[in-house]
Amino acid sequence: MTFDTDEVIDTTSDATPVAAPEAEERRGTVTLTLAKALNEGMRAAMRADDRVLMMGEDIGTLGGVFRVTEGLKAEFGERRVLDTPLAEAGIVGTAIGLAMRGYRPVCEIQFDGFVFPAFDQITSQLAKLTSRHGGSQSFPVVIRIPYGGHIGAVEHHQESPEAYFAHTPGLRVVSPATPNDAYWMIQQAILGNDPVIFLEPKSRYWPKGEVDLDAPAAPLHSSRVVREGSDVTLIGHGAMVATLLDAAELAEGEGTSVEVVDLRSLSPIDWEPIIASARKTGRVVVAQEAPGHVSVGSEIAATIAERAFYSLESPVLRVSGFDTPFPPAKLEGVYLPDADRILEAVDRALAY
Amino acid sequence: MPAAQDPRATVRLLSEQGTLVESDANAAWFDIVSGLSESQLMEMHRHMVVIRRADVEAGNLQRQGQLALWIPSFGQEAAQVGSAMATKPQDHIFPAYREHVIARMRGVDFMRIIELLRGIDHGGWDPKEHNNFHLYTLVIGSQSLHATGYAMGLALDGAFATGDVERDQAVIVYFGDGASSQGDVNEALVFASSYQTPQVFFLQNNHWAISVPVERQSRVPLYRRADGFGIPSLQVDGNDVLASYAVTKAALDDARAGRGPRFIEALTYRIGAHTSSDDPTKYRSADELEMWKRRDPIARFETYLRSLGVSDEFFAAVAEEGEDLAADTRRRTLALGEPPAAKMFQHVYSDPHPLMEEQRAWLEAYEAGFGGEA
Repeated sequence: MTFDTDEVIDTTSDATPVAAPEAEERRGTVTLTLAKALNEGMRAAMRADDRVLMMGEDIGTLGGVFRVTEGLKAEFGERRVLDTPLAEAGIVGTAIGLAMRGYRPVCEIQFDGFVFPAFDQITSQLAKLTSRHGGSQSFPVVIRIPYGGHIGAVEHHQESPEAYFAHTPGLRVVSPATPNDAYWMIQQAILGNDPVIFLEPKSRYWPKGEVDLDAPAAPLHSSRVVREGSDVTLIGHGAMVATLLDAAELAEGEGTSVEVVDLRSLSPIDWEPIIASARKTGRVVVAQEAPGHVSVGSEIAATIAERAFYSLESPVLRVSGFDTPFPPAKLEGVYLPDADRILEAVDRALAY
Repeated sequence: MPAAQDPRATVRLLSEQGTLVESDANAAWFDIVSGLSESQLMEMHRHMVVIRRADVEAGNLQRQGQLALWIPSFGQEAAQVGSAMATKPQDHIFPAYREHVIARMRGVDFMRIIELLRGIDHGGWDPKEHNNFHLYTLVIGSQSLHATGYAMGLALDGAFATGDVERDQAVIVYFGDGASSQGDVNEALVFASSYQTPQVFFLQNNHWAISVPVERQSRVPLYRRADGFGIPSLQVDGNDVLASYAVTKAALDDARAGRGPRFIEALTYRIGAHTSSDDPTKYRSADELEMWKRRDPIARFETYLRSLGVSDEFFAAVAEEGEDLAADTRRRTLALGEPPAAKMFQHVYSDPHPLMEEQRAWLEAYEAGFGGEA
């Protein structure tokens, strides 16, 4: 009558298909890619709680540009796996509203460099809303971001923006390095009651690894020694962990015993294993793909200096991406720290 | 290309002189207004008068150093009271930061707003315990996406279009002419349209985004922006509380019934400054201000109520209630203490967080070092 309008949309019809018969409970250990492990982790989270929603660009019918959400729309329907309009602030902003309604949205940002249109909603709203509400409302929103280089892609597709989020109070920031961690950490992130920036090392999506389906290896916000050694400690997260393990192997061939710590959580950081390792070896190299200036590596170097000063035999050294925009792909091999650059830092540390 | 004709006229039911604007076009709107009892009409007037008095008092408190900032709503009372009167208790309201009267109508103590602007809190109330009146949002337009997300949740829950109007829920989000330029508002309109959310976008066009006139935000009337999103819209005289009520009631009923989102542009005017930090004499003319003062929403409605036979006693009682709230606000503001330092750390996260605990404990020990005055 008053607003010109036509049809009444039917909100009662449920586009969700009837749930498939329960698949056989798979237990024990399976071998999965990191991408598939994430997929299985999210599937488990969605089965466990029907308030868990997936939102993002191309995540439904296509299964995401990296296929991480493949099959989820088929299983859970378009009301729980939302192919959203192409608007990152819109995705995160509406996820906030859905969280207020009691949902637990998991947002996919298609690539690292595309998170910035949503940066205001993440840092000014999502990160602060729990505090603004005085704790009366939780904001369990997970924002998945495929991040990092090594894939030879164009501008905005290879960045490591973790420092922006780790610097922001109210957010939690984690990054799995292995399929097993991917499987468990995504479920832990979804289960938590706080916003989580979930950084997925996209260059590690396809290598396979063992996944223990029965129990998580560790709490979400824990760092972990993944290789024991006695001369030097290497610390990193995400795709860098594989590079650090390569470097450790090479160093061993030269007679240097190297310990490797996988950070896993960038905010908060679990300092105990890091400080213990620094005290043990007295020499620490922190490596990351991100630019080094005011980075997570800087924080680790500063904290080790504060807490393990008398144990150190050398300054904590950083190996980072250069403080330039991520370069054109033909230069990424120069820009990204590799085992040789890490070993160069190990040599410098040992020279003190 | 010939200019497109737009048939939609501004909805006005009460003239600036306080007389009803009877017309065929207005008949449907008067049908809606006829659902209001005389006591509800008086209630609307009461809300407008009382908030204006409190608003003036809060401005004075700011000038006297008691508040860091004040955000006047003087002049916009009819758009706010009329639209809020059209909501149902189960509806969710997402304000911007100038909707003080709607806060009060939904049960938020005016002191919670005073505390925000004194620097005691950033939020102040639990929306769940205050009739779904959500928190103020200071980043311009950000709340539009939260409102749309909430409305998407209503849709997923099947909480509208059930056929039971007492159960169906809708969302209304308030924003301004400046906000209409923000990406978030435009993305909210896209999502609302795509997902056909049960939601009303209520734009108060008060003609100035601090010092920038609405003409810089848009070359077309703002309600016509909605056309491009496929959202039915109209423009209303926002200084006419009856028209503001009627169009919002219709829009919310449409939204609740599953007919999709709606967009309302309410033409009004910010008689005061943007905030207490602003000086509007630097950018707008005295003539313009005088013109809008003649369109005052409260004087117009009082004339109408008197024509219905509402008594002097009522108007005197309402004025007294305004004085009481002003005095009470002043007294309670002067009695406000400091927030405890530990409050900073308390609700940054919902789950335990080691840094919060560590830094809270450090601060406590540090302050104890000065003699236990933590």
